[in-house]
Amino acid sequence: MSEAVVAAYGEHFVRVAVRQRHTTDIVSVITFDYRGVDTLFEELMPFAAVTGVSVLLRPLADERRARPEDRAPGRRIPPPSPTVGLLGVVLCAVLVVVAAETLTHAQVSPGGGFQGGVVAATAVFVLYLATDYRTVDRFRPGLLLEGAEGAGALGYLAVGLAGVASGGAFLLNVLPLGTPGAIFSGGTVLVLNLAVGVEVAGSFVLVVSELLDQTEVIRGRDGRRASSPTASSAGC
Amino acid sequence: MVTSRNLVHLVVCVSVAQSATDILLLEVGYRSGDRAPVVLDLGRHPAPSVDPIVQALALTDVVIGAAVTALLLALTIQVHKRTGTLDPRAVRPERH
Repeated sequence: MSEAVVAAYGEHFVRVAVRQRHTTDIVSVITFDYRGVDTLFEELMPFAAVTGVSVLLRPLADERRARPEDRAPGRRIPPPSPTVGLLGVVLCAVLVVVAAETLTHAQVSPGGGFQGGVVAATAVFVLYLATDYRTVDRFRPGLLLEGAEGAGALGYLAVGLAGVASGGAFLLNVLPLGTPGAIFSGGTVLVLNLAVGVEVAGSFVLVVSELLDQTEVIRGRDGRRASSPTASSAGC
Repeated sequence: MVTSRNLVHLVVCVSVAQSATDILLLEVGYRSGDRAPVVLDLGRHPAPSVDPIVQALALTDVVIGAAVTALLLALTIQVHKRTGTLDPRAVRPERH
């Protein structure tokens, strides 16, 4: 394809997207409508990453899970500073609002499920920075996160199949298109963004949980930190 | 950092190189003077806009980058657990 043809493809979408799909963000409508099938697989990529990280970091035969406080039973963990805690709560609230805004406005302005999902996940990480591991551990119920991940992936498929059920093609835009510039515009773009956002947020929190568990929870059989035969040679 | 013999630094280097492809993609679709592919004024639509396709591709690229970084870091943790070092030269293939 020559450069002119590639550019013409993009220009075509800029010309027709507002009229055809009533969205004002052309990038979103390409991602979630015109190239919706690609995005289905793109959405499964964080899913695959979580699966891969979970398999790679599972407790091996010579490891066991232990609570962080089991290593020094007599020692009290100093509570985090109240100032840091307050800042964390404020920042966390702001992040949740920004995530919701980003998630729901993809059809009118830059943003979308992937970006909003990552912002939502960082709200949990801010809680970790502001408090401690055990508090965050209570805040991330594994079943709910895995459920969110699966529901996001299945929700995308369901929207796609709704197009087939209505007698059209997979991922056909079956919902009312609304007014361009309004939140409820673009038909399925908003629903797909919500599905992707839930899936991405769940995936990111799960991946980081797996990495945190490695330093906090998983121990070698002898009770030490997971085995390091020649410890302290970090190889920098 | 490029000459460092630390697997974590290697993951960061891969991540930086991967981010460079995002900028390359955006550059491919850039046209001087054109606006972002977001319609702010419906009355003046369609106005000249930079290529939205490559911007959508850049989003895909970012997602792939995050997935690859997560997997590489998980592998790095396992390498450190099994061998006690992050130096790729010190890690020899195991015989079974």
